[in-house]
Amino acid sequence: MTFPTSAPERVLLVWCPDWPVEAAVRVQGLDPDAAIAIMEAGRVFACSAAARVEGVARGLKLREAQARCPALIVTPHRPADEARAFETVLTAIEELMPGVQPLRPGVCALRVRGPAAYYGGEEEAALWLLDQLDELGVPATRIGIADGVFTAEQAARQRLPQRIRVVPAGTAAEYLAPVPVGVLDDSSASDASVVTLLRRLGVYTLGDFAALDAADVRDRLGEQGARLHALAGGLDSRPVVARIPPETKECSIAFEPAVDRIDQVAFGVRSLADRFIAGLTASKLVCTAVHVQLDSERGESSERTWLHPRSFSAADVVDRVRWQLQGGASAADQNGVGLSSGVVAVRLIPANIDSIGNHEEGLFGGGPDERIHHALSRVQGMLGRTEVLTASIGGGRGPADRMTLVPWGDRLVHAREPAPPWPGHLPSPAPSTVFEPPRPVTVFSASGAELAVGARGALSAAPSSMSSGRSTLRVTAWAGPWTVDEQWWDFRNASTTSRLQVVDATGTAWLLALEHGRWWAEGKYD
Amino acid sequence: MSDSALALAPVVERVHELQERIRQLQAAKLDARSIPTHSAIAELLPGGALQEGATYSVDRSLTLIMLLLAAPSAAGAWCGVVGVPEFGVEAAAGFGIDLDRLVLVPHPGEQWLAATAAVADALSVVVVRPPRRASDASISRLSARLRKRGATLLVLDAWPRDAWPHGVWPQSDAMLSITESSWAGIGDGHGHLQSREATVTVTSKTHGRPRSARILLPENHDDMRVR
Repeated sequence: MTFPTSAPERVLLVWCPDWPVEAAVRVQGLDPDAAIAIMEAGRVFACSAAARVEGVARGLKLREAQARCPALIVTPHRPADEARAFETVLTAIEELMPGVQPLRPGVCALRVRGPAAYYGGEEEAALWLLDQLDELGVPATRIGIADGVFTAEQAARQRLPQRIRVVPAGTAAEYLAPVPVGVLDDSSASDASVVTLLRRLGVYTLGDFAALDAADVRDRLGEQGARLHALAGGLDSRPVVARIPPETKECSIAFEPAVDRIDQVAFGVRSLADRFIAGLTASKLVCTAVHVQLDSERGESSERTWLHPRSFSAADVVDRVRWQLQGGASAADQNGVGLSSGVVAVRLIPANIDSIGNHEEGLFGGGPDERIHHALSRVQGMLGRTEVLTASIGGGRGPADRMTLVPWGDRLVHAREPAPPWPGHLPSPAPSTVFEPPRPVTVFSASGAELAVGARGALSAAPSSMSSGRSTLRVTAWAGPWTVDEQWWDFRNASTTSRLQVVDATGTAWLLALEHGRWWAEGKYD
Repeated sequence: MSDSALALAPVVERVHELQERIRQLQAAKLDARSIPTHSAIAELLPGGALQEGATYSVDRSLTLIMLLLAAPSAAGAWCGVVGVPEFGVEAAAGFGIDLDRLVLVPHPGEQWLAATAAVADALSVVVVRPPRRASDASISRLSARLRKRGATLLVLDAWPRDAWPHGVWPQSDAMLSITESSWAGIGDGHGHLQSREATVTVTSKTHGRPRSARILLPENHDDMRVR
């Protein structure tokens, strides 16, 4: 039984070794010669050359890696940052040769036929490419040229002093024959069970695997096995699908001389915002998150990403720029960075875009209507952006924790996810009044002593009255205490809270909490 | 002395009658429309429901406020809460208020009247707690604006008891309060707060005597019933 495979095309594959490390160096400004390890799921995902010398290797546990190299700099694996950093490499390659397919951050492939004809040979084309990448400062890039992406990657990864390895056309199977089957583990189309099975069957190299009958392999290992068998035989039929280079949608404006009044900046930004939104609309896109960057005369920069519940209009963008400037002016908004001198440049970068078709308003009942949005935006203009809020229920145990308040016009981001169970949070009903901040109270037992909660979570006596300083209320019924030990593993955020529900003589119920040795009224059921 | 009192009695009655007529003529619109209202409270209110453009005073109970907001919110109205930073969002959701259509302006500061007016321009039901006394003229202006826009204002007189004479907002159509309440599910050191039986009392100018009703308040407002 045969299945259709087109002959593999000649592929040039560029491999930047340790790209996650390189990306971390570029994005986080680390020292490239330091011992750096990128961690994923508690294990080393990639490490720098300096770390490798110390014995750190992929797959080690964090503790083991740190034991081998105490000076190890550990950062988490951030695929998005890596992909973004790789964008510069892709752009550099596209300047020389069109039609690049990014396979994953650090690896990309392109058809070599065109460049080979232009530069007078496959190896010459690769040399040009290496020159370009060295100029960019990407260290130790390796290039493999072979039939098919898989073979080219094996060629690029081969440990050889020269950085370019060309496998002549038609010799992929011979080239791959001595390679151990373990490499199939790394190829994206495989899972470990096939490789383990092959080893147990006594098949140790790709050559051995390729020598098996294709129909037998398909019967025994299924479609995936058949695909790996084709790879091992150098018949990688995956075509190179060139990416479409992204258009830049960002807009910027420079002020000369610097502008130091907020309304002047807002006025200047208006045409920029129009252009920004028109550019997106022209490519049938809408922006749901915008990154605003403001540069001041003294070289300070205020950056912030603004989310929108639906999509930005030009007026919304101008509002965000204004708010960012105002936020910097009043220290109340922690996200705003104060600028001490006039603004010289404003840059608008779409942080999140979506197809315009997904955001077209329905005929009926789509989102809050414009009238409400206008009115609330006006109140925001009057009082400040963070003074008009929408609410939702968040996760947490205390009544104040369970409220998530978001400024009108921003998208909801929960500090604590509401979904996981929150054992220890109080059963309904919730208090209708949640004091922000909690008010200090004193709770007394019948003997007049102040109430305490013991180490085992028991009350020292039954509460009989509570006092808020001005007035004293008699307690007619009570329940609790319920003790919650939150984040005991983190001494900065650790808190032990004992909650008590009491009903006073007027029929009003209170939620009291004992924290740091003091009683607080957290809420009231009034 | 008693003679003059007797002679005055029909006059007083006559004055009340005339005041009633004037009030009827002053009614916001001829077709003053009512908004969805909690069934037990509706019976107590003048007009049999909350009215568009009207103002109601609520005495120190956010529970009562939430109870009043729940029905309009469930019917699709937008609600705004101005100047009440301690509004319990989770309790509001428990009463059936749609949080997607709830807007909070917790700290309006000095501009609370302007903020209330601006919010009332767009939203159907607005709750406000006045931090201090405003002039009668500005309150009249706000009332006129509410009538024009058809918004309902609920004034919460929580703590500054001396903010208004007798804690009542001038020109309020009715005053609501919880006069008595008892809790079920909680004992002397056992159980937890589960449900509440409360007496809601409504005082209005149109009804001479305060009217009250017992309401059972579980978390789910669908189960709420009247005794």
